[in-house]
Amino acid sequence: MSDLLAVVVDGIIYSSWLFIMAAGLTLIYGVMKILNIAHGSLYALGAYLSATLVGLWVAGGHAPYGSYAMLALSALLVGVVMGPLLERGLLRLMYGRDEVVLLLVTYAVFLILEDAIKLVWGVDSLYVAQPYDLPGNFTIGDLSYPVYNLVLIGTAVVAGLALAWALNRTHHGKMLLAVIHDSEVSRALGINVGRVYLVTFTIGTMLAAVGGAVTAPTLAVSAGMGVEVIVLSFAVVVIGGLGSLGGAALGALIVGLVRSAAVHYWPTVELFSVYSVMAMVLIARPKGLFTPPEARRI
Amino acid sequence: MKDRTLIVLAAASVVMAASIPLTPQWLVFLITLALAKGLVVLGLVLLMRTGLVSFGQGLYYCLGAYAAALVEQSFHVNDAALMLAAAVVAAAAVAAVLGFLLAAYRGIFFAMLSMALSMILFGLLVKSAALGSTDGFNIATHSLAGAKIEGSAGRVLLGVTIVSFAAAAAGLHRYLNSHLGRLSAAIRDNELRVEYLGASVRNVVHLNYVIAAALGGLGGGLTALAVGHIDPDMAYWTTSGEFVFVAVLSGTGNVLAPFAGSALYEAIRTLANQYAPNVWQMTLGAAMLAIIMFAPDGLWSLFRRRARAS
Amino acid sequence: MKRIVQWAAFSLLAACCGLAAAQQPLKIGIVTFLSGPAAGPFGVPARNSAEVVVEGLNAGRLPAPYATKGFGGAPLEITFVDEAGPTTKQVADFRNLAQRVDLVIGYVSSGNCLAVAPVAEELKKLTVFFDCGTPRIFEDATYKYVFRTHATATMDSVGAALYVMDRDPKVKSIAGVNQNYAWGQDSWNDFEAAMKVLKPGVEVKTSQMPKLFAGQFGAEISTLLSSNAEFIHSSFWGGDLEAFVLQAAPRDLFKKSTVILTTGETAMFKLADKIPDGTIMGARGTHGVLAPQTELNKWFRAAYEDRYQLSPVYPSYHMVQAILGTKAAYEKAQAANGGKPPSQDQIIAAFENLTYESPSGNVQMSLGKGHQAVQGTAYGTSKLVQGKLTITDVKYYPAEKVNPPDGMKSEDWIKSGFKAK
Repeated sequence: MSDLLAVVVDGIIYSSWLFIMAAGLTLIYGVMKILNIAHGSLYALGAYLSATLVGLWVAGGHAPYGSYAMLALSALLVGVVMGPLLERGLLRLMYGRDEVVLLLVTYAVFLILEDAIKLVWGVDSLYVAQPYDLPGNFTIGDLSYPVYNLVLIGTAVVAGLALAWALNRTHHGKMLLAVIHDSEVSRALGINVGRVYLVTFTIGTMLAAVGGAVTAPTLAVSAGMGVEVIVLSFAVVVIGGLGSLGGAALGALIVGLVRSAAVHYWPTVELFSVYSVMAMVLIARPKGLFTPPEARRI
Repeated sequence: MKDRTLIVLAAASVVMAASIPLTPQWLVFLITLALAKGLVVLGLVLLMRTGLVSFGQGLYYCLGAYAAALVEQSFHVNDAALMLAAAVVAAAAVAAVLGFLLAAYRGIFFAMLSMALSMILFGLLVKSAALGSTDGFNIATHSLAGAKIEGSAGRVLLGVTIVSFAAAAAGLHRYLNSHLGRLSAAIRDNELRVEYLGASVRNVVHLNYVIAAALGGLGGGLTALAVGHIDPDMAYWTTSGEFVFVAVLSGTGNVLAPFAGSALYEAIRTLANQYAPNVWQMTLGAAMLAIIMFAPDGLWSLFRRRARAS
Repeated sequence: MKRIVQWAAFSLLAACCGLAAAQQPLKIGIVTFLSGPAAGPFGVPARNSAEVVVEGLNAGRLPAPYATKGFGGAPLEITFVDEAGPTTKQVADFRNLAQRVDLVIGYVSSGNCLAVAPVAEELKKLTVFFDCGTPRIFEDATYKYVFRTHATATMDSVGAALYVMDRDPKVKSIAGVNQNYAWGQDSWNDFEAAMKVLKPGVEVKTSQMPKLFAGQFGAEISTLLSSNAEFIHSSFWGGDLEAFVLQAAPRDLFKKSTVILTTGETAMFKLADKIPDGTIMGARGTHGVLAPQTELNKWFRAAYEDRYQLSPVYPSYHMVQAILGTKAAYEKAQAANGGKPPSQDQIIAAFENLTYESPSGNVQMSLGKGHQAVQGTAYGTSKLVQGKLTITDVKYYPAEKVNPPDGMKSEDWIKSGFKAK
């Protein structure tokens, strides 16, 4: 029985991590119809920056719990700087082009950012374990887990709820939903679609950076960490339905639990678990789990 | 009416084939690779003309390579012709089956499902210790349709590749101008109307998918023979992504474009790695952006600058 | 007057040419990871090592028997090529590089080694592999132009198994957590097979195989914790190794089981006090802190630490081993050639079955028909002493105990119960 409990706990921890990554990606796709491959490098950027800031904070002898503030700060910085920079500076020039072309633009940005990160931070790995070690451990059954994982789950839940509230209960949120549904009509109704794009991309970037920042204390931040994350986030987003926040949450949960079960009971198929789930979901529901109804052009 | 594309294709092939004995070794290899990858891109161009972007051509590229290699390993057949035939047949067969599933998807879902399938193949190959897992294994070619080719295998293979590419490009060009080819373009524009007109969209998409897969398999087989080594990386999504990039880079305007795009991509990557080994990824990315921004319809559009009455 | 000037010019030219003939630089191409996740743990230490050693060689600063400048007087020029990217790119780069250099030293990734070896044969270019682990290179084929100056990964796994038996001859259960690709799979398979031979009946509780570069090991660690295995084997490296240690240590995995890190030495300075005491650490040979205190090693460590303010780890040792092996072969061939620069065939003939000294001890090119090196290995246990991580309780295993005999495949050798020929 405790085994099943471990599977569920591990699954939820992993799902939270996936959700933070997928939320930003699905939001950007839903609004701008861009599958942002650079999401991976923004994640890496968030991780590197937070590692640096936490390192500086701790070295400066400040209160250890303040390092959490540093994590949040680095995510904010990355979002606020890289979001507008990429959207206004580059993507804006490409709107109206084919979806695939935009995807390749983000792929080019990904390549450039990977080397940029390497130039700034070098190829050695950084690690800052203070935020991870500080809160200690807690036990479930006979397994001990770091309390930090609860921080991870908490961040995912807060981010999800905040986004859901912002989208459904605020004026700006509803405008965003309108743009997701049909950008042409929204523009015709007077919504400043350009600004919506900018805000969305910034939030998406910030979410990616949050993912990186929150992950950084749990591992050694190293070159190439963005690549693995990209395909995983894509899979979750596609499973949940592109543009759907609830879908991203459900997709993350499914993938996390399936993977956790695979690791505990059948480790050799862990490699396939994500793609098999994606293939199966797409076969059963060709457009993912939750998709907004779409009018068909005749 | 003379078809300019076919003439240029024939002329270019003859010139290239004639200069094989004069080309330096390293260039022989690069051109073979560029052409082999160009074949895969040709398949992608066909799919893109039908309105589909596949992020999983790596599946057939890898299948073709492994089929060619397994023919050598299991049956001890070193003949290039047989190995390539196996590559094409294997790829086409798998595509015929998977096509039933994939032909129902469009847009981003087609792309993602094709990617998922190629990653599943990747996973299967990584798990297979018998096939060397991620290290793969080596293959050697000793003959071509019975004639021994050791010693100058590289050049003979280049010849085979040139002929394959020329034949495939010519074939595809004729296909695109045929009934089914025009139907494919129509499907890209508006599927529903095509159905109303009485044609079967599903069948055309399925057929195009199989053709693209066959070309992918052939490209994979040729790459396997040229490099002499295969590994599961050929099915990884970044490989498929590279093909998509070259396809967009060359543009879907003409069957000659994929070769130019593929050659340019290889050239940029080689130069970037040689002269800027520390920032080769950035160089590649910047080059990609430049091309996307200044040659929006792919490189081919640079050749068609002449004013056309729209 | 004019004649004197002409004569002077001519003599100067002749002297220069004569000098130039003796001083023709030897161009070496070095291929290793300069970008990507393998750069930090392997590529950069290897590159640093190459730079420091070549610099030292060109200035003639190495102790005997390597005191001659460069290779037999010829200065060395090195070009670096990035090993990152798919195999097709590696082969293309190798073909390109082979035209520009006299010999190639390189390759960390086993897949690349396998792909490049036949190309080296085709192009007849002397190539020395310095770090890749797979035994398949000389077990599946024979090469004339290819050499490998370090022992295969089999040595690491067998050495680990021997150390486990030395630590606890009554061991009952083992488990593994390795990256799911050829390196991880082979390392685990060899370790498991060796343990089953050394202790029949030992129970394998679980073998975790997370994806390469997964980075998140929560579920794997939970499973390992529940398994209660006595020894856990891991061939993790780089970011995965560091993440695993950072995530597993706070959850007391290292207390519940004894963890074996076969490439742990690469992270020992990085992670230092994060690695709990009692962890079994490997360095893929007698490298780093496990290396003997010879003049050569002292010079190497001093030169490296002086330049980079870091201690050299095993990839650095692998690199210097490759360079010195080639130098030894070159100079042996040169001596046999009456002091004139030797041809490539002569260097190859000298390299085969060569025994030479390196900062990690003696290297014998005794497998693979004289092309594959064997060495002994060592494992130790980690212990924090005054805040610094040290490796204590070191046990050395001679080459014959941890390497198969010539002509026998590693897998078969282990299964046969480590039969010497």
